Amino acid sequence: MEKITASQLKDLLLFTADRLIAARDELCAIDAAIGDGDHGLGMAHGFEKVKTVLSARDFTGVNEIFQQVGMAMLGAMGGASGVIFATLFMGAARGTAAAELTADEFAARMENALTAIQTRGKAQVGDKTMVDALAPACDAMRNTDGDLTARLSAAAEAAEAGAAKTAEYEARFGRAKALGERAIGHRDAGAVSTALIFRAMADWAAEQAD
Amino acid sequence: MKKLINDPEQVVNETLEGFLAAYGDRIARVGDTGGLVLREKKDKVALVIGGGSGHEPMFSMFVGDGLADASISGHIFTSPDPYSIIETATAADAGRGVLFVYGNYAGDNLNFEMASEMLTMSGTPNRIVRVWDDVASAPKERTEDRRGIAGDLFVVKVAGAATAAGLDLDEAVRVTEKARDNTFSIGVALSGGTIPGAAAPAFTLPEDEIEFGLGIHGEPGIRRAKLLPADEIVEELFSLILADSGIKAGDRVCTLVNGLGSTTLSELYIMNRKLRQLLDGAGIAVHDMVVGSFVTCQEMAGASVTLMRLDEELMGYYDAPADSPYYRK
Repeated sequence: MEKITASQLKDLLLFTADRLIAARDELCAIDAAIGDGDHGLGMAHGFEKVKTVLSARDFTGVNEIFQQVGMAMLGAMGGASGVIFATLFMGAARGTAAAELTADEFAARMENALTAIQTRGKAQVGDKTMVDALAPACDAMRNTDGDLTARLSAAAEAAEAGAAKTAEYEARFGRAKALGERAIGHRDAGAVSTALIFRAMADWAAEQAD
Repeated sequence: MKKLINDPEQVVNETLEGFLAAYGDRIARVGDTGGLVLREKKDKVALVIGGGSGHEPMFSMFVGDGLADASISGHIFTSPDPYSIIETATAADAGRGVLFVYGNYAGDNLNFEMASEMLTMSGTPNRIVRVWDDVASAPKERTEDRRGIAGDLFVVKVAGAATAAGLDLDEAVRVTEKARDNTFSIGVALSGGTIPGAAAPAFTLPEDEIEFGLGIHGEPGIRRAKLLPADEIVEELFSLILADSGIKAGDRVCTLVNGLGSTTLSELYIMNRKLRQLLDGAGIAVHDMVVGSFVTCQEMAGASVTLMRLDEELMGYYDAPADSPYYRK
C-alpha cells in the first residue's frame, strides 16, 4: 500500500494491540531473566486501554489517533515502559495534521517518535533498551525503496535484528543495570516489544496488499 | 507462593480499600487512582511521596501530620503513571507548591518528571527530591545512580517536618536534600520476595547463603556469603556504611534497622543490639534508634541498616512531632 488513511491507521493499531496482548506471557518471561518479570503485564494493560479508546469512535486525523494511543498507554501502564511506549506514539503524533500518511511521512513519524524517546529517556543504541530496536527500524524505513508495505517489512526485520542484538549488551538503564555482565545473553524486553509492534504493523500491511 | 489475596490484579486497590476502612476518618482516596490524601488540607507546601506498591507500609501508609500530605502508589514494583501523580498532587496542593520525594528508580524518575513538567505548565510550582541511600547499588562517584531503600523513611520524616514548619518550596528542598545527602543504607537478604500472583520469587538464595547489598525488588547485590552470625553481618554492614559515608567519631546519627518483610522483631533487635555496641565503640553519638519493618519487599527475609548524620538543623526537624498510621514521633 502507498498510503495509510486515518481509519486504516486505527485498524493497524488495533491489530498491533491484539498482538502485544497475546504476547503477554512471552514478554513477562523475557523480562523475568533480568528484570522483575512484569513487562508483558504492563504492555497488556496499556494496549487493552488502547483498544478501548480506539474502538470508542471514528477518527479523521492521524495525529489524534497517535496522541490518543499514547495517552491511553501513559495512563494505563506506569513504570518506565509506560512513559517510553506512550512517548513512542505521542512522538509519532508530531507533524502536520493529516487525514492520511504516505510511506515517507510514516517513516518521518517514526523518526519523530525516536527523537522524542531519546530526549526523554536519554538512551543511545547499545544501551540495551527499546531504542536498539526502534533506531534500526527507523533507518530501514527511511532507506528502503518501495511502498509502505515493503518499508514496514524492512523495519520489522531490522527491529527484530536489533532486539536480538540486545542480548550482547550490558544494560545502562533500569533494574538490569545492576546486573553488569550478568545481563549479557538476555534480550531487553522493551526491545522485543518494539520488534513485535513493527512486525504486527508489517503483517497488517501485508494483509491489506493481498 | 501462598498469599492471602483474591485477584492479583486487585492487590493494590484492595490494600488501599482495607487501609481506608481503618483510617478513612483522616485519609481519603484520590478518585480511582492509587493516591491517598490527608482529609485536612494544611496551609503549607504539600509533601507528596510515592512509588511502586509492594513495599508497605512505605509509601502509602506514611500519610499523616508532620509527614506526607499525600501518597501515590503504582502497581506492584511499578511506578505510578503521570496522570495519577498529577491528580494526587493537585488534591494535596494548598497553593504553596508541591514537593515530590521518591526513590531513585528509572520508572519513578520518568513518571514523576513527566508529571512535574505538566504541573509546571499548568501553573503549579513543584520540585523533586530523589532518595538514593543504598550505598551498595552504585559506587560513590555515581551517587545519582544509587537506589532509594529504607532511608526513604528518614528523608520523608525530615521533609514532612520541614514543610510542616512552614518553609517555602525552595527551603524545603534544601533541607530535604541535606537529609538525603546524609542518609546511608545497606541491606542483607536471606531469601526472596514474590510478587502476588507470580509463581516464584524474583530471585532465590541457597538455604545457607546470604547476599549483601540486595535491592528491595530483588536487584542483585555486591557479595554472596555463607550465613553468618547476626553480629558479624551487622559489623560488615556498619563498616561498609562508615567507609562510604565518612561518618566518624564525634558525629551524631539516628539509625534504622529495617526488616525486609518476614524477618522477626527479635532478629531486628539482635541486630540493633550489635549496632549500638559498634556505634558506642566508634565514638559516634546515637540520637535515636528506630527498629521495625518500614520499607519491605513482600516476604523477603533480611534487613537493612540506615544511618542519618544529624546537624542541629536536621535534628530539629527529625525531633518534630509526626503522626501517621505506621510512624509516630
